Amino acid sequence: MSEATAQKIPVTVLTGYLGAGKTTLLNRILSENHGKKYAVIVNEFGEIGIDNDLIIGADEEVFEMNNGCICCTVRGDLVRIMDGLMKRKGKFDAIIVETTGLADPAPVAQTFFVDEDVQKNARLDAVVTVADAKWLSDRLKDAPEAKNQIAFADVIVLNKTDLVNKGELAEVEARIRGINPYAKLHRTERCSVALADVLDRGAFDLDRILDIEPDFLEADDHDHDHDHHHGHDHHHDHDHGHGLKHYHDEDMQSLSLKTDKPLDPNVFMPWLQNLVQVEGGKILRSKGILAFHDDDDRYVFQGVHMMLEGNHQRKWKEGEKRESRLVFIGRELPEKAIREGFESCIVS
Amino acid sequence: MKEFTPSPDSASIVSVTDRVKPVTLGMAVTSVHFLGPRAAFVGGEENVALVDAAGEITTVAVHSGGILSAASDGKRIIMGGDDGKVVALDAKGEVTLLATDPKRRWIDAVALHADGAFAWSAGKIATVKSGKNEEKSLEVPSTVGGLAFAPKGLRLAIAHYNGATLWFPNMEGSAEFLPWAGSHHGVTFSPDNKFLVTAMHEPALHGWRLADNRHMRMTGYPGRVRSMSWSAGGKGLATSGADTVIIWPFASKDGPMGKEPAMLAPLQARVSVVACHPKNDILAAGYSDGTVLMVRLEDGAEILVRRNGTPPVAALAWNAKGTLLAFADENGDGGLLEL
Repeated sequence: MSEATAQKIPVTVLTGYLGAGKTTLLNRILSENHGKKYAVIVNEFGEIGIDNDLIIGADEEVFEMNNGCICCTVRGDLVRIMDGLMKRKGKFDAIIVETTGLADPAPVAQTFFVDEDVQKNARLDAVVTVADAKWLSDRLKDAPEAKNQIAFADVIVLNKTDLVNKGELAEVEARIRGINPYAKLHRTERCSVALADVLDRGAFDLDRILDIEPDFLEADDHDHDHDHHHGHDHHHDHDHGHGLKHYHDEDMQSLSLKTDKPLDPNVFMPWLQNLVQVEGGKILRSKGILAFHDDDDRYVFQGVHMMLEGNHQRKWKEGEKRESRLVFIGRELPEKAIREGFESCIVS
Repeated sequence: MKEFTPSPDSASIVSVTDRVKPVTLGMAVTSVHFLGPRAAFVGGEENVALVDAAGEITTVAVHSGGILSAASDGKRIIMGGDDGKVVALDAKGEVTLLATDPKRRWIDAVALHADGAFAWSAGKIATVKSGKNEEKSLEVPSTVGGLAFAPKGLRLAIAHYNGATLWFPNMEGSAEFLPWAGSHHGVTFSPDNKFLVTAMHEPALHGWRLADNRHMRMTGYPGRVRSMSWSAGGKGLATSGADTVIIWPFASKDGPMGKEPAMLAPLQARVSVVACHPKNDILAAGYSDGTVLMVRLEDGAEILVRRNGTPPVAALAWNAKGTLLAFADENGDGGLLEL
């Protein structure tokens, strides 16, 4: 982590459908003896049973930026609250933003990308989604917000696993993976996840993009071949061991692209920028590690909807496979066009 | 006038840096106001530091937490805090509790009227208290970004999302909504009561001519405008947000419509705060690199008050007579300049 990044206050976005256990997790974070002080931005006062003078009520006021980017919405109340909190710098180590069960995490994340003052003082650490093992499968069918929250997550706390049987658990996990195979998933009862697995993840830190691999729990070590070549259907040719069901969510999915041939930055960059301009409404998250032609540095990028940030990260190590990987998570992604566009960026 | 002495670390302009009485406040500072002969530096949290002409500092505790907003009429400063309290500090250094939010919500904005009325906001609700009258509250559609009293009559402007609301607290049903898409933060009336200007979340100002609510868009800033100050007589509105002081002309009945702003005192740093002299066509500007300049509006001539090389200047104010200038950077290193 760079020094400038390290000095910024980390912000964890805590999301999840109603009743999934967000407040339980929040109370744990606040009450556990970790020696850190958190400022907490909540929607409903009174739910938190901890005495903390840095609990701030928010209104989830979303507004559109007047920058011609239609999906560029930010949380105005967060801008205001961050501004106020910065007057008490030094009184807390980190910030947690709790969203309502109905909230779209995108405006929260985008606030940390587009607001100059917020960006100067704070950095988005991770989007943590608490999901209810018993009810999530149903919510994914009837509540688009629940799907958004899963798709957007860096960390998913699959809670209340004691209320479901093994088969139901496998089913709900498969549904989650059908939408977002990249988030770290933790199965819990009463949100008993190690706080280190939830806080200080650096999920939006370009320096910490190490690899882009689907996250699978130790238990299911099935052979999961992600080395797709163009032309065949991404979603239905996985070879799953152990009879794990694989769900293809109708409208929300992830798309991964990979090549071991170098990319032409002069073709790739305009393609990527155009892609998020045109399809940014559908693309919730994107991430990539890139090997450019005639470039000894790894290039990394990540994005939220239309917003992208990227940088040269470090030199490719000796013996390290110079491979480019991209991941998009989104709704009704135009897979064929994206794959073809990506192919056209490869130096032949 | 002083001798011209170019040095490698300063611009080759007239300097009065050696006439500044340094003030070390030892706390983060967000604004400064004059209360009688003393400069009152408002801290980021808890305290106000009163500094007299000799540089003697008296610290007064005003809030138990962050100080989110402050406004002054020269006789007292009204402040709102994250402790849910509205307090006043007078020239004697006495603190009065004016109001407490029942839910201990943050007091995001405050405003002070020349006749002693004051206003504050918590969330979407703006409240006015004038004289012996009871408190009057108005709920606007979204969180209040800023408050300002009109120079004439008891009328309050409330900035919020997608516009501003004008309200006569003593007239039932008088709220008038001035729409403009976006989030509006700071708000100010022109001294002649003809224009209302808001500083937006995006790097722009928006204005309305109050006679016909005609829109005035003032754009082109590289950064958000956090500081606005009317020049003596209200002929121009000086603003921060660019690497020059941007001054929009308001002398004609059309305001800045169809006109270019004046751009004075360019530096390789962003203007962070501006304060126009109360009587003469001079302004003081503080920059993100710590520089403080005095600038003559007529020709842009500059005098160096403070060199660069510190955190951004956060506070800047003249006393009512225009004989004293006070400033401080974000870390509380400041100064007083007597003219």
